[in-house]
Amino acid sequence: MKKAPKKYLLFRLWQYLGRYRLLLGAGFLLMLLSNILSLLGPKLSGLAIDAIGTRAGGVDFQRVFYYAGWMAALYVVSAFLSYLLSLMMIQLTKRATCQMRRDVFDNMSRLPVSFFDQYQTGDIISVITYDIDTVNQSLANDFLQMMQSVVTVLFSLVMMLTIAPEMVLIFAATIPATVFLTRFITGRSRPLFRARSKKLGELNGFVEEMLNGQKTTRAYGREGQVIEAFGRKNQEAVEANTKAEYYGTLAGPSVNFMNNISLALISVFGSLLYLNGKIGLGDISSFVQYSRKFSGPINETANIIGELQSAFAAAERVFRLIDELPEKPDGAGAQVLGQVYGDVVLKNVSFGYQPQRPILSDFDFHASAGQQIAIVGPTGAGKTTVINLLMRFYDIDKGGIYLDGKDIYGITRDSLRGAFTMVLQDAWLFQGTIYENLVYGREGITMEEVEKATKAAMIYSYIQKLPEGFQTQLSDNGVHISKGQRQLLTIARAMLSDARMLILDEATSNVDTRTEMEIQKAMRRLMADKTCFVIAHRLSTIRNADMILVVMDGRIAERGSHEGLMEKKGLYYQMYASQFTSTEALHF
Amino acid sequence: MKGILKYAKPYAAYMLLTLFLKFAAAMMDLFIPSLLAKIIDDIVPTGQERLILFWGGIMILCAVCSVATNVTANRMAEVSAGGMARKLRHDLFSKTSYLSARQMDGFTISSAVSRLTSDTYNVNRMLARMQRLGVRGPILLIGGIMVTMAMEPKLTLVLAAALPVIILIVWLVTAKSVPVYEKQQRVLDKMVRVLQENITGVRVIRALSRTDYEKRRYGEVNEELAQVEQKAGRITSFSNPATTLALNMGLTAVILVGAWLVQEGESGPGAIIAFLSYFTIILNAMLGITKIFIMCSKGMASARRIMEVLDAPEQMGVGQAPDAPGYGETASSPYHVEFRDVSFSYNQKGKHLSHISFGLKRGESLGIIGATGSGKSTIVNLLLRFYDPDEGSIWVDGQRVDRIPQEELRRKFGVVLQNDFLMAASIEENIDFFRDLPKGEAYQAAIHAQAAEFIQEKEGGMGAGVAVRGNNLSGGQKQRIMIARALAGKPRILVLDDASSALDYRTDAKLRQELHTHYQDTTSVIVAQRVSSILNAGHILVLEEGECAGYGTHQELLESCREYRLIYEQQMGAKEGATA
Repeated sequence: MKKAPKKYLLFRLWQYLGRYRLLLGAGFLLMLLSNILSLLGPKLSGLAIDAIGTRAGGVDFQRVFYYAGWMAALYVVSAFLSYLLSLMMIQLTKRATCQMRRDVFDNMSRLPVSFFDQYQTGDIISVITYDIDTVNQSLANDFLQMMQSVVTVLFSLVMMLTIAPEMVLIFAATIPATVFLTRFITGRSRPLFRARSKKLGELNGFVEEMLNGQKTTRAYGREGQVIEAFGRKNQEAVEANTKAEYYGTLAGPSVNFMNNISLALISVFGSLLYLNGKIGLGDISSFVQYSRKFSGPINETANIIGELQSAFAAAERVFRLIDELPEKPDGAGAQVLGQVYGDVVLKNVSFGYQPQRPILSDFDFHASAGQQIAIVGPTGAGKTTVINLLMRFYDIDKGGIYLDGKDIYGITRDSLRGAFTMVLQDAWLFQGTIYENLVYGREGITMEEVEKATKAAMIYSYIQKLPEGFQTQLSDNGVHISKGQRQLLTIARAMLSDARMLILDEATSNVDTRTEMEIQKAMRRLMADKTCFVIAHRLSTIRNADMILVVMDGRIAERGSHEGLMEKKGLYYQMYASQFTSTEALHF
Repeated sequence: MKGILKYAKPYAAYMLLTLFLKFAAAMMDLFIPSLLAKIIDDIVPTGQERLILFWGGIMILCAVCSVATNVTANRMAEVSAGGMARKLRHDLFSKTSYLSARQMDGFTISSAVSRLTSDTYNVNRMLARMQRLGVRGPILLIGGIMVTMAMEPKLTLVLAAALPVIILIVWLVTAKSVPVYEKQQRVLDKMVRVLQENITGVRVIRALSRTDYEKRRYGEVNEELAQVEQKAGRITSFSNPATTLALNMGLTAVILVGAWLVQEGESGPGAIIAFLSYFTIILNAMLGITKIFIMCSKGMASARRIMEVLDAPEQMGVGQAPDAPGYGETASSPYHVEFRDVSFSYNQKGKHLSHISFGLKRGESLGIIGATGSGKSTIVNLLLRFYDPDEGSIWVDGQRVDRIPQEELRRKFGVVLQNDFLMAASIEENIDFFRDLPKGEAYQAAIHAQAAEFIQEKEGGMGAGVAVRGNNLSGGQKQRIMIARALAGKPRILVLDDASSALDYRTDAKLRQELHTHYQDTTSVIVAQRVSSILNAGHILVLEEGECAGYGTHQELLESCREYRLIYEQQMGAKEGATA
């Protein structure tokens, strides 16, 4: 990970706050106002005490009441203003947080699919939840606090200079020392906070992964070992946290120490000056008071240095995700697909996930609109890779892919992908009702269409039997719904799509064969004009395909219809026959 | 928060020392200004420069002591807070690991994830800050009140009248904010879920061009979360101005009462002035204390969520009651694996299995086949005791499964589940799966599972990395690694739930051949869609809507079971085509 320079980080953070300059400005004004009011309070109480006087029986009650009344009014106003200030800051934080979360998510939806194949889900989630929270908890408050500090410090400095410029020299020694000390501490603590964020992210990744695989852990009785592994991650995370926090909290006492030293020096030096007749006793007292005012905000700032450091480390992770390179932008002049017919050509396509390890080589075929193309072959031959290329989840190394005669690299990704609908083996459903999952955000789908699709996907009667029918909530892991049923739901979802091309990648692998055959019949009917790409191991699934591509080691070994390939008695024939050899040769 | 206190106990002495050091540091800080007063009031008039330097030195000494104790105490606070959080998180993870499947369904995975992460951080933060900042405030408050009491008890009483108001404010704010913070964490759960769904479903979402829809869905949760956060902020930020106001009103009252006292000749204005300056100290202390309360309320909301999991009752324990009904004479089973009249429902609404019975001797195999949603995986769930049956009993090795300690029960199995997972780790680690198997055993299993070939082609072989969720492997490769995992460790019972669906027929057939030769003594339960995968099993169970539609050998079923014959004909109907 690259270290982002602090200035750059500040600039990026400012972009979030700077958007609300008006709010910030108003906040600053409010802050000044309530500061002035808080300075007036003691003044008024002084006047009230003057009115009380020193003599028993000589109290000027009228004036006492007058000033006390003002005091009360002042305090009410000041309390109101400070609450208003808090509300504004909260509003500001809310908007900035919301925006930051949105920016991260927006970029996530532009990232290439390969990104998600690399990073732990939990780690990504931890950026959005934990890191953004950390940034924003300190952002608005600390920002305001710093501004307030600057004002007070400047004011006090001026006052001190007017009283005794000689004594200000003391600060010439202690302030650089303070600055040096804080810089030293922040220098030490920043990498530690960075390590903390990273370790917490790792811990989250582990937790997320293991909880999702919990049944397996349980099936193997490995809870103890997983807990042990968790213990190690936990230990690391806690150590990183403790270390970072410890260094972060060093700043407070250290600066306090420097302030105390200044005070001691002022006392000694001031007393000596007094003895030499340079200044009066009252001057020492007011100088001390202002030096307290002077050091107070510095102290406060030092106290939040730890928080700032942790916010910076978190901000780095957030911006890294926001800045993660999105998919290559569409080429200049990339077209938006209009009417799609579904004529797909692959010409001499070569591709490897790593350049030195080609998965597909010299791959070419032509799928005419409305045809059903089956891709079969041994496990790992590169079937799913073809789909990854068609959808442009990955880009080819050599050759070309054409849709309706147009190079797909001259088409915008969105419109290209919009031309497809896709059903994968890992039937993906989200938290929501069955209906929401089927319609999935598309408008203008009638209930009749939904019913028709679910009937065709052979899941209608199951849904009907549920007490709440289509409004049944699907819970986290779809416990009450089997994997096969999940697949049927995703097929129904695909049937509702009006995309011209359909990809079925082992879409019915967990569906029993009888149901599958019924679905096939329905699909033929419903999707007669759509180009279909089907990957399946069950050869019965694809028998009726217009063209079968037999893929072997990244090349098309055979192609043709079922009958043609059977006659050829080649690879396909062997594969087909082996479905039944089990009856004779293999005993289980 | 009794639950959290339990975790504080081992650190009680340590924390006490921390607090003492904090106390010492606070006293030191208070002492330094009084030294200044001493120099100016007592020493300067005498004009002795050496004494001035001497007392200046003492001040510096005090400053050094203060910084030393403060730094030490801060470190100790972080260490003990970290230690407590570590233990808490560890216990939470352990507890979560042993929750029953039903309980986990209730909590949901995404909520468990955020409890383990976000909530435990909140508690960690709270514990550390309370120790770091929690001492100074009360000390100053008590100290300030004591001094003013000694000075002018009547005025102190006026001030003390403000205390109940302040306590009320703090109490109200805390009481109101804890539920809001709890809600905030619940909304966070939702957000985690949407994120999870978006990451795992990225391909489908892109393919269906539903990115904008997902953005909206996320936007809603984002907005909801921001709203709750804002609400929480509004409540808590009320306490600071409100308490300050209450105290300042007390101050005004002090002046009024003071005026009256002076009028009666009971007090002088000097006392009032001194009183007012101490009053500032008290005010600051009070503000510090309310700040701590706010911090606590967020931590407490999180602690409560953690405790909810930790306090969940233990389910799926081992029944130790030999006098339980049905335990006596039927306390054994002649089979290696037996289902005896088992019925089950996930949600007590529909029946997911009814009256299922079968028995397998050692080394025998059972094939389970049936339509989608007919209850095949449910049988696996019950056999592994993820759930307990509602009626009937399940027996393994002659014992009821609920009488066998879970670890012992599960050690007997090698399993591939239907929704199985691979970790982001090496292939070898995935096969070994935390078991520390003897060297070579994982590879041997990979050979039997037909995985060796493709593993060798990978860079690094068995050490090659598996990406998150196995995304760098094809479906068939994933399944073979999972099967290797099940075979490694030589299980006595092998359970494969639709484990070879992504394998091509040849590989599948080879796999079965290997199983037949090398795992003769292993009793197996195979759930499959393909008849060819199970037709040589010693027993075949045909399921239809949770009921047994047929049970017997392939030949028997062909004759007696219409459902089975239909499946068979449909799948093997193509056979003629193949040989033609």
